[in-house]
Amino acid sequence: MQLSLGPVLFYWTREGYADFYRDAADWPVEIVHLGETVCSRRRDMKLDDWLGIGRELEQSGKQVVLSSQTLIESEADLRGLRKLCANGEFLVEANDQSALQLLTDAGLPFVAGPALNLYNPAAIGVLARTGMQRWCAPVEMPRDDLANLLDECAREGLDQPCEVFAYGHLPLAWSARCFTARRHQYPKDRCQFVCQHYPEGLALRSQEAEGVFTLNGIQTMSGACQDLRREVPDMQSMGVGVARLSPRAANMAEVVEAFDQARRGELPPADPLALVEAEICDGYWHGRSGMANTHTVSG
Amino acid sequence: MELVCPAGNLPALKRAVDEGADAVYFGFQNATNARQFAGLNFTEKRAREGVAYARSRGKRVFCAINTYPQPAGWSQWTKAVDQAADLGVDALIMADLGLLDYAARHHPDLPRHLSVQGSATSYEALRFYHEHFGIKRAVLPRVLSMTQVRDVARKSPVELEVFAFGSLCIMAEGRCYLSSYLTGESPNTRGVCSPAAHVRWEETPRGLESRLGGVLIDRYGEGERAGYPTLCKGRFEVDGETYHAIEEPTSLNTLDLLPELRELGISAVKIEGRQRSPAYVSKVAGIWRQALDRLEHRPERFQPDPTWQAELGELSEGATTTLGAYERRWK
Repeated sequence: MQLSLGPVLFYWTREGYADFYRDAADWPVEIVHLGETVCSRRRDMKLDDWLGIGRELEQSGKQVVLSSQTLIESEADLRGLRKLCANGEFLVEANDQSALQLLTDAGLPFVAGPALNLYNPAAIGVLARTGMQRWCAPVEMPRDDLANLLDECAREGLDQPCEVFAYGHLPLAWSARCFTARRHQYPKDRCQFVCQHYPEGLALRSQEAEGVFTLNGIQTMSGACQDLRREVPDMQSMGVGVARLSPRAANMAEVVEAFDQARRGELPPADPLALVEAEICDGYWHGRSGMANTHTVSG
Repeated sequence: MELVCPAGNLPALKRAVDEGADAVYFGFQNATNARQFAGLNFTEKRAREGVAYARSRGKRVFCAINTYPQPAGWSQWTKAVDQAADLGVDALIMADLGLLDYAARHHPDLPRHLSVQGSATSYEALRFYHEHFGIKRAVLPRVLSMTQVRDVARKSPVELEVFAFGSLCIMAEGRCYLSSYLTGESPNTRGVCSPAAHVRWEETPRGLESRLGGVLIDRYGEGERAGYPTLCKGRFEVDGETYHAIEEPTSLNTLDLLPELRELGISAVKIEGRQRSPAYVSKVAGIWRQALDRLEHRPERFQPDPTWQAELGELSEGATTTLGAYERRWK
């Protein structure tokens, strides 16, 4: 099974991205997704900057994929998307149907991101016929449904590898509204790029101080951090091709290391490691609410 | 512009037609539609009666099969498509790529509308659905400003339908998994958001508390108007402040925008609310009928009647309405 780094969902500084990917070049991941998928106002990094990072990662032996913006709203968004799709070097991850249209229209191969809602073999078949090379399952899909789906795909000769969002805060919703700007009572158009103050998002808690969601600009993420480390052997036996690890600002090297151990069957049985300081969840995989934690992390 | 009204059951369908809907939309009694509520929706027999009722009065009927077929239930969804075709509905409202493909192959002559759950927010996205599945119309997600709607409308290859009135989803529809994160059930998979079975109300010394999936969504002091705990409309704490961190309980009302929507060439306005009572549907349909008639009569002089606004306000969540994302500063 391959490991991939998902696109960075948070808004970091130029230096932040550069440092992160310099380190990532040495990590045991085979695929790296690059690009801004959340908000068009996050403009520190231009396409050329991403391409530069991509070339370096490619030199280090990584497969580089450029991920497209998930919520496309304006002509300016479409212009950015056209440039991304026409980059001429790297495969593109389509995160919405606008990207699908541009890529299929140009006859380019692509990978399908987690928000494309591929829940059944018929939907996967449609995209397989138009050049899809790999697809990421919806974050809410339970293990048993995915096993079912993979079996059916195999029967129908749909052999494009499937990717599972295995680690990180889950991207759960996209809105026209920016919730981080709202917290600061800034209008979205003059948001002062306040997201950059929250390299791992802004916690939204219930009035009982329970972590519920993580606000990340126009995106709402899970409050807990999904960790499917322990499910890696099961994923391997089901035929999942790629486990996606979603970057966070701290301890990402340790996260990658743990998943690398897991895929080699070398995870310590009583895993001592709470990888990061965040609540852990794995409910979706087990067919429950996404926020459920079926394993209590032992100390 | 066509007035498209919700029909959660046969009485609502009849009331909507009687009050002036040009078209009504309904779903079957299972997870194939995005309003799978107990006691709601249509059996095949009821649907047949509904189609006949609307037809005999010159009105159209759309069938919503707009959830995403799950791996184990594919045949349930294709059966719904076949059933709707057999009923002779005027269009199917769908979101899933696989199901759109199925309908296009098996019932090529039955018009296909892209559901709001298909999350198409640009004309490029609409071209994708149009080129691959021959969709005739699309319902736009409630995330675009008027300027953005204008951009989409200018180059759209298909008719556009926009939300006019009712509950306000503030996330791009079809790409919101918040409900399943708290309850295991979502609009995409089960046709529900913040489902009632996971709601709990409790009187406590701190006030009336509403919970969803065990999570405290809101707490009401004395005299505060309590609302259904839709998870994005609760009061939460962010960085030391407790407030409606995502959205206030409010409804969308676009009466003021009608002249502009008409000028953009929008084909239809949609009333949300298959879960609402026949009385609600009839009242809302009646007001919107009057508004559209006045608009057609004198588009350049159109002003919504203050009594319409007042009545719609009364029928709204939290008794307040908003223009939502249509208005740039809402964002």
